[in-house]
Amino acid sequence: MRRALACAAVLMVAPALAQQKNQFADYQRMTAEGSPVELFELGGEELWKKPQGPKNASLEKCDLGKGPGILKGAYAALPRYFKDAGRVMDLETRLLHCMMTLQGRSREEATKQLFGNADRPSEMEYLSAYVAGHSRGAKMAPGASHPKEKESYQLGKALFFHRAGSWDFSCASCHGEQDKRIRMSDLPVLSDPKFARPLIATWPAYRVSNSQFKTMQWRLNDCYRQMRMPEPNFASDSMVALNMFLATTAKGAEYRGPGTKR
Amino acid sequence: MAGPMKMRATLASGYTDVRVLMTHPMATEQQTKGQPHFIQNLEVKVNGKTVIEGQISQAVSRNPVFSFRLKGGAKGDKIEVSWLDNKGDTNKTETAVA
Repeated sequence: MRRALACAAVLMVAPALAQQKNQFADYQRMTAEGSPVELFELGGEELWKKPQGPKNASLEKCDLGKGPGILKGAYAALPRYFKDAGRVMDLETRLLHCMMTLQGRSREEATKQLFGNADRPSEMEYLSAYVAGHSRGAKMAPGASHPKEKESYQLGKALFFHRAGSWDFSCASCHGEQDKRIRMSDLPVLSDPKFARPLIATWPAYRVSNSQFKTMQWRLNDCYRQMRMPEPNFASDSMVALNMFLATTAKGAEYRGPGTKR
Repeated sequence: MAGPMKMRATLASGYTDVRVLMTHPMATEQQTKGQPHFIQNLEVKVNGKTVIEGQISQAVSRNPVFSFRLKGGAKGDKIEVSWLDNKGDTNKTETAVA
């Protein structure tokens, strides 16, 4: 009798789990249907073409890796090594580089407002949406041949598993085990290509709960805040490396972003 | 200055599906402590003829998305959507049915 009861309990749990998964999928689909991501892409296009800074130049000649001004597929091929800068860069790091070199802006001025909110959006958010939108359908293929790119991947991997801070957390503390979630968000195992691919291919993304577009560096920055670690420096080698590790793990996925999140 | 709008109109099995995105803060009375800012009127025209006149409230989200299904229609029909908010700002966009 006891065994029969235990069996019945197992049978009831399985459909409930499946149903929960479907609810996540339904929720994702419904938020994506009403997503205003395209408005951010339009805003980004305007900023891309707008002359700014002491040199009164636009970003239209910015080389994102495919040649000056070439946007198609550029995001899907980042992060990568840039010879002119002598380092590996992700999208936001490269945009900052272009703002400083092409537009002649100071780092202080260009990074004054990196992560905006709905009332005071940041340039990086619009520009990320605009650039990433040109990679829809492209295969994610971050740089993997240059020694600096390999070094960046290794550093990112080490950071992903590095436990520190007052809670002794690492990225893997939340993103290292299957079938975990926070409220309506799955917590994918980001060191496993099977789970990293569908997720990384939808960032950067619009967040429904903030009515705001969020960049990849914001995502990492906020994870560090949640881990109670010191705030990482924007566009630093370590943040680029972590991005490199995630993008490389998701390599081969078809880019479907900019996405929509809860 | 009103932010961008984006619209798509597609014809499928006898219906025209219109999907339009608009940039607007849609700030409520409560959020702004008495200075609400929201879209009040919405108008949809097909080839210059008004087919929908809507009145919406503060209860609609920031950067709203609307979709309408119109009976009939033909490729190339001109769809125009415009809004007017409580501060008198207005914006419109138009597209041809594809």
